[in-house]
Amino acid sequence: MNTIAWLGRLVIERIRGIGAAAHMLLQIIFSLPTKGGFGRFGYQMHRVGVMSLLIITVSGLFIGAVLGLQMYSILVTFGAESMLGTAISLTLLRELASVVAALLFAGRAGSALTAEIGSMKQSEQLASMEMIGVDPLKQIVSPRLWAGIVSLPMLTVIFAAIGIIGGKMVGVDFLGADEGSFWSGMQNTVRFGHDIINGTIIKSIVFALICTWVAVYQGYACDPTPEGIATAMTRTVVYSSLCVLGFDFVLTAVMFGGI
Amino acid sequence: MNNKTPLSTQPLIEVKNLSFNRGERVIYDNISLNIRRGQITAIMGPSGTGKTTLLRLIGGQLVPDQGEVLLDAKDIAKMSRQELFSARARMGMLFQSGALFTDMSVYENVAFPIRAHTKLPENLIAELVALKLESVGLRGSEQLMPTELSGGMNRRVALARAIALDPDLIMYDEPFAGQDPIVKGVLTRLIRSLREALDLTTIIVSHDVAETLSIADYIYVVAEGKIQGEGTPEELQNNASPFVHQFLTGSAEGPVEYQFSHQAYLNNEVRP
Repeated sequence: MNTIAWLGRLVIERIRGIGAAAHMLLQIIFSLPTKGGFGRFGYQMHRVGVMSLLIITVSGLFIGAVLGLQMYSILVTFGAESMLGTAISLTLLRELASVVAALLFAGRAGSALTAEIGSMKQSEQLASMEMIGVDPLKQIVSPRLWAGIVSLPMLTVIFAAIGIIGGKMVGVDFLGADEGSFWSGMQNTVRFGHDIINGTIIKSIVFALICTWVAVYQGYACDPTPEGIATAMTRTVVYSSLCVLGFDFVLTAVMFGGI
Repeated sequence: MNNKTPLSTQPLIEVKNLSFNRGERVIYDNISLNIRRGQITAIMGPSGTGKTTLLRLIGGQLVPDQGEVLLDAKDIAKMSRQELFSARARMGMLFQSGALFTDMSVYENVAFPIRAHTKLPENLIAELVALKLESVGLRGSEQLMPTELSGGMNRRVALARAIALDPDLIMYDEPFAGQDPIVKGVLTRLIRSLREALDLTTIIVSHDVAETLSIADYIYVVAEGKIQGEGTPEELQNNASPFVHQFLTGSAEGPVEYQFSHQAYLNNEVRP
């Protein structure tokens, strides 16, 4: 009987958490910008977006390089190394760029957002803001959420571009695939609306929403103790990673399942 | 300025038959108390009796399960967002940790409530901030960041922020906790002089007996969800209640157990 009660409580708590998070998201999305809100948004864009550039570009370069290496060694056995550009660009644009950038973003920026909001809660900054009569959702959470939603798609595009350059460096410059067929293959097969808009942009907007939403909610709702903040940070990374991978499958099935 | 303000008939804050629970735990069980205008009212009690919770109930951050909290005879829990917003402009609160916004300078911290509630031009805000910092003895610290301040300075800046809008009511949450004797003395003097200069209604939540007895006009001793004793400092020191006596003298012997039997732990009777 106790097990059933425990299970029921667990389910109710989870559903209540999802409800609270959805309520928070709607409150932020459907609220007018406040005084000084754009300045705070810009500052968060710098912290969330610009400061993530290093990890995004370096990992993009290496992932592209590894792709170039593996694809070349497979394709060359069929004498199909002229398809290298197509293979690298389609892999990156349809799947890898948006997923890997989102996973890196959850680890780099998401956990930092959770920790920051959580320690603001612990040091009573959120409560004192509320006592002053300013809604911390608008002042603190909203600029961070918007900065995440706007910056991750940009980072994803940068990731894909750098990845293609990395693949070209290894495949063409080191291993000797033909440069002309590398670029022309890419031009012939990549369709802007189908691969770039769907595969990269729309996916990354969905992932950006998931990652930042999870991060700010976990920070806002965390137990304001050192242990609670640590748990919330772990949850941010775990939940966002799982959600990104799960949604990636769903989105891929919807977008490319018909091919 | 030693003559105390006469008791006005209508208290600023009236707590009526308030009950509040956290989960299964009873924090307040049907308590009533009054915060009189222009007086320093202290809420004392052992740690973990929910003294901070009472301040949050007054500030409208928590809603009572039963009973009401009246500000000028209006129920805080039933106020609209707009009413609550303007009610909070009349309240200042000094949090236990100071709760300065760590990403803003001292100037921006003190200017924050002014910017939130008024549309004053920047030069006037600067004047006001300088005035408030002057009154806590920290003029010239405008450009420092909160991390560069000592614990005592941090609390004084938080105090300047709490009085930035010249509130009617100020609430101090454990103002003396963790401070050295000099800072305690400075804070005691500040609390008293602010009360006199601005005619502030003051609530102090504390378990520092000596400091609180020296400045409070009226004291409520709260424990186990009930008011265990109340009165002026003199009345309280002559209070016959064994609990109040134990609390004021800091004795290990009395109704509050210092050591628990193993049976008490097993029966889940030990409460934080």
